[in-house]
Amino acid sequence: MVNKIWGSFIIIGIIFCLITGKIDVLNNTILNSGKNTLDMILKIFPVMALWLGIMNIAASSGLLNQFSKKLYPLMKKIFPDIPEGHESIGYICSNIIANMFGLGNAATPFGLKAMSSLQKLNNQKDTASRSMITFLVINTSGVTIIPTTVISLRMLYESKNPTEIVPICILTTIISLLCALIIDYIYAKRSKS
Amino acid sequence: MFKIICDLILPSLVLFVTSYGLIHKKNIYDDFVTGAKQSFDMILSIFPSMLAMIFGINILLESGFIDFIFKSLGSFFTYIKVPIDVLPMAIMRPISGSSSLAILNNILKHAGPDSLTGKMASIIQGSTDTTFYVLTLYFGSVGIKKIRYALKVGLIADFIGIVSAIILSKIFF
Repeated sequence: MVNKIWGSFIIIGIIFCLITGKIDVLNNTILNSGKNTLDMILKIFPVMALWLGIMNIAASSGLLNQFSKKLYPLMKKIFPDIPEGHESIGYICSNIIANMFGLGNAATPFGLKAMSSLQKLNNQKDTASRSMITFLVINTSGVTIIPTTVISLRMLYESKNPTEIVPICILTTIISLLCALIIDYIYAKRSKS
Repeated sequence: MFKIICDLILPSLVLFVTSYGLIHKKNIYDDFVTGAKQSFDMILSIFPSMLAMIFGINILLESGFIDFIFKSLGSFFTYIKVPIDVLPMAIMRPISGSSSLAILNNILKHAGPDSLTGKMASIIQGSTDTTFYVLTLYFGSVGIKKIRYALKVGLIADFIGIVSAIILSKIFF
């Protein structure tokens, strides 16, 4: 599916540029993509290093482990394939909690740690495991309690009530999360049989 | 009030983790340095897949194909009484976080943050995440090539999220 989508982005884009005569734009875009990626990576790199450092303190002091143990009963239902006491639970929860509070910068390194610890449980190293997909489905449905970026933008444009949207945001996010988990569950069951 | 709580989350987390480490007599300095060192490997492993995704998405965005789609879908949106300005947001949100943020910025500037369009767009931006970015980043970091049904489920969830954002803001505002 990724092959088809990625390929069609490029093919549709190039053909559409050719039809509408935007050859210059097209050339620029092709050549600048590398620089854009590097800019983006350089932006997240320092913050990532910082959070990985702090996270490592939490991991080696046993804080993360404590945290995983507390949340295991709940997580067991969502991630039935993860064995009890596995480190990935701690990283997954940290990622979800950081996302909830709008700390996107902290959420990313925690999520990457979660993926690498889930990869240790994975039998086929080039194929996504069920737990990985469930984790990313939770991630893409964007579980947020405080959408910090949106609130600060609304403040910038002098909204009378910048946080007015928060309850609806939470409701929406819950609806899409529940649907996502149900669909994920159906697909997981179907691919097993 | 709200801002104070937001501002306190980060410092208190750092304070808590460092003091917990000290109380348990760990080499917190070494732990920090070892942890931070892992970022080099992480960055290297995500670069190729990020490049691929940004390359594909940029070509599609710059071609103006999506604007073309908006024009054809416009009359349908007028028919169901949904502000047409949120349409670009709805399509861009799963594909590119920075573009949808730019669109939101534009909507808030022109339609105002307290208009129905402004609120609807804020909710779409705030309640879902960039599926393509998340999948590329996380799967790329561990070298997963076959992502199975992940993208399908992610996109269905986005669709449900965006539709419920539009419906709920029509009901409540």
